[in-house]
Amino acid sequence: MTRPLVHVPATARKGAVITIKTLIAHPMETGYRPDENGRLIPRDIIGELVCRYNGKEVFRAELAPAIAANPYVAFTTVATETGTLEFRWTDLTGKHWTHTAPITVVA
Amino acid sequence: MRRHGPPLSRRALLAGGTGLVAVALVPAVRASDETMDAAIRAFTQGGALRDGRVVLDVPPLVDNGNSVNLSVTVESPMTAADHVRSIAVFNQKNPQPQVAVFHLGPRAGRAEVTTRVRLADSQRLVAIAPMSDGSLWRASTDVLVTLAACLE
Repeated sequence: MTRPLVHVPATARKGAVITIKTLIAHPMETGYRPDENGRLIPRDIIGELVCRYNGKEVFRAELAPAIAANPYVAFTTVATETGTLEFRWTDLTGKHWTHTAPITVVA
Repeated sequence: MRRHGPPLSRRALLAGGTGLVAVALVPAVRASDETMDAAIRAFTQGGALRDGRVVLDVPPLVDNGNSVNLSVTVESPMTAADHVRSIAVFNQKNPQPQVAVFHLGPRAGRAEVTTRVRLADSQRLVAIAPMSDGSLWRASTDVLVTLAACLE
């Protein structure tokens, strides 16, 4: 159900700044919304997104309930070397989802 | 027959009625200027904020508060010696003042992040960027929301 969608350029010139767009299907339930019986729907939030480039962390986001459902986060990184970008979303209970994207860096 | 106590005038009755309606409409949970300021102080740890260098881009008029494009860019060379360490976004009137904190570094190349946020009401948004030299830069903007996000 929780499916990540990531866009990373397949190739980039060494040193170029690339834009990475990430989205994950998730309700981001705030914990402030009542259900039809008036009881609050329990909070269910992705609290963190980490991006690692060949194992080294290059970006991290801490998300609050104010982030819209299906959290979309776009950021930039410098294309340093050929390898993989690993994305990891973690919810408040510690459950996580990962996605990897290859990148080829040309001189 | 004598009346006991002052007569209840039409004016007093109407004023009381409006007061009751106003109280009933105030939601139970909601961040305020104070809670936003407290959250910002907790993030900056009392450092001096300067306006500038940060651009907070949000549409000034929003039809649907459930998903609002928000992007923050900070003017910085993003080198090892001089870069943006993080970008934090705060709001004034959602139930919680925090929106997100993005941790960057020289490997980001540019200090630029985009996301989508929920806005419970027309309100002020603040973005704060701590730099590698310890300085703190701020941008704020007011957003008018016609359909609020169902947060309460």
